[in-house]
Amino acid sequence: MTSTPPALAVQAIALRRTFGAVVAVDGLDLAIGRGEIFGLLGPNGSGKTTAIRMLTGLLAPTSGTATIAGVDIVAQPERVRRVIGYMSQRFGLYGDLTVQENLRFYSGMYGLVGREGRQRVEELLADLRLGARRDQLTATLSGGWKQRLALACATVHKPELVFLDEPTAGVDPSSRRHFWDLIRERAAQGMTVLLTTHYMDEAEQCHRLAFLSRGHLIGVGTPREITTRFQLPTIEDVFIELQRRDEAEHPRDEAAA
Amino acid sequence: MIPTRLRQWPFWAMLRKEFIQMRRDRLTLAMMIGIPAIQLVLFGYAIQTEVRHLPTLVLDESRTSESRALVHTILNTGNFDLRGEVQDKAVMATRIARGDARAGIIIPPDFTRDLKRGVTATAQVVVDASDPLAANAAIAGAAQAGLVRGRTLLAQRGVRPPIEVRVRPWFNPAVRSAVYIVPGIIGVLLSLTMVLINSMAVVREREGGTLEQLIVTPIDKTSLMLGKIVPFLLVGYVQVSIILLLGRLLFHVPIQGSLALLYVTTFPFIVANLAIGLFVSTLVRTQAQAMQLGFLFLLPNILMSGFMFPREAMPQAAQWIAALLPLTYFLDILRGVLLKGLPWQGLVEDTMILVLFSVVFVVLSVRRFHKSLD
Repeated sequence: MTSTPPALAVQAIALRRTFGAVVAVDGLDLAIGRGEIFGLLGPNGSGKTTAIRMLTGLLAPTSGTATIAGVDIVAQPERVRRVIGYMSQRFGLYGDLTVQENLRFYSGMYGLVGREGRQRVEELLADLRLGARRDQLTATLSGGWKQRLALACATVHKPELVFLDEPTAGVDPSSRRHFWDLIRERAAQGMTVLLTTHYMDEAEQCHRLAFLSRGHLIGVGTPREITTRFQLPTIEDVFIELQRRDEAEHPRDEAAA
Repeated sequence: MIPTRLRQWPFWAMLRKEFIQMRRDRLTLAMMIGIPAIQLVLFGYAIQTEVRHLPTLVLDESRTSESRALVHTILNTGNFDLRGEVQDKAVMATRIARGDARAGIIIPPDFTRDLKRGVTATAQVVVDASDPLAANAAIAGAAQAGLVRGRTLLAQRGVRPPIEVRVRPWFNPAVRSAVYIVPGIIGVLLSLTMVLINSMAVVREREGGTLEQLIVTPIDKTSLMLGKIVPFLLVGYVQVSIILLLGRLLFHVPIQGSLALLYVTTFPFIVANLAIGLFVSTLVRTQAQAMQLGFLFLLPNILMSGFMFPREAMPQAAQWIAALLPLTYFLDILRGVLLKGLPWQGLVEDTMILVLFSVVFVVLSVRRFHKSLD
């Protein structure tokens, strides 16, 4: 599209989103490089999902801007949609379609039709070992398989960037491990991954992390940088410490909640 | 060769998906086909606007062969059924008020005397007019009987009535209400199912969580909207065919005009209703809201479109509302083709208005719908 590809997959400047009187995301600045696995951490209600929904064009920012692979999310949302993939927090594929039909549907959304489309679907079925379940109704898949299929659908068009909102919530450990193998494979091929998680072992596998609390960013860095900076043994300790400090600084909010 | 751009249009994938989902949803599919059949039978048999056989009391104070002949003539119209004789006006009044009878025939004592003296003899028919339809039937029956009996008596005296008006009921010679109602049912049921099905369309995806996943793809809004309309066109045509077939078999509804013409003009009507349903779907957040709004639209369709009551009898304001309902125009088409055998020239205006409805509501739906969760 552009002659010199922008170095950053995501650049957000002062993103803000309010719902009535509630500020969900407040002045979010992010810079994520290509091929990074970037983890967005924070307690429930800290604004992770709202941030992702703004970056994917599902919610309009109240103020601030962001570019995805150099494309403005407010000015050109449809161009952004061509280069991103998204796995919503709540499972969003069609339960009354089979595995293969869901894949074909999503490839059709990106104009992958005919032989090209069939090839891509076969490739994904093989890649994610979904082949044996291709004719199974999606609603009858177990949690781990559902998430794997959702990842396949989100990356059917080989996007530059994929957003995964709590992709492993409620998934058993071995499925989680396999899911992470798939994430790393994709990142190795140059796909940028932005994900949210509540599992600290997953957080430690990210290249870089950002902590959100009550809608604003309270720390960014590699897992090692973060533990060193805070002189705490694990990411989980940092998570709890940061949240404690942030809440101590804003006692009003606590009273209001 | 089909241009690549057209082959890659997300509409095809959307259409395919909708067809698969429709095929898998057996219950809904069965309802979409079974409901028209059941409704037709219910409506067709239950809606009888011609009132016959009103239970009737007779108070004959004259008690002559002349008075009995008149009572006999009145009963013979078929609008009255003899429920019993009474001896007293007060008894008759009480029994009509109680609902034992809906009408009463009163022949005064001087009836035959007046007749013989050459003075106009009067008899009375009283009727419980709380139901206007029943009252009309009684009035028509009594007037007809008076005329027939009067003419017979004049003929006996060698006199012929100076004027006779003969009524010829065109297009429905037996004046059966089923002939009028059944074509209307096609329109009403199409409206009902098409609007309700599609008012659920977008909300169901929203509630099911699939919309969020769908709108982050580059699908264009037109693909999304058309994908929700086209599959149900087919369902609409299946419904039309079922009702026509059953209407023909059960109610002997005539098909005077061209069926092909009817099927062509049905197209914009189905699209208009699907588009209205879709528009409703873009206005609401839950399926329950969609249902309510859908029914809100359907009530005026049943009451004001001319399905049951003639539009000519409605006040001006109601006629304006009727002018905003696609069904109003489609009823003209249905009755025109089925009962009157109208050629296409007679249907152009109604059809054009339906096309206009379709375009307006498809455009409105596409514009109302936003690819966002706001």
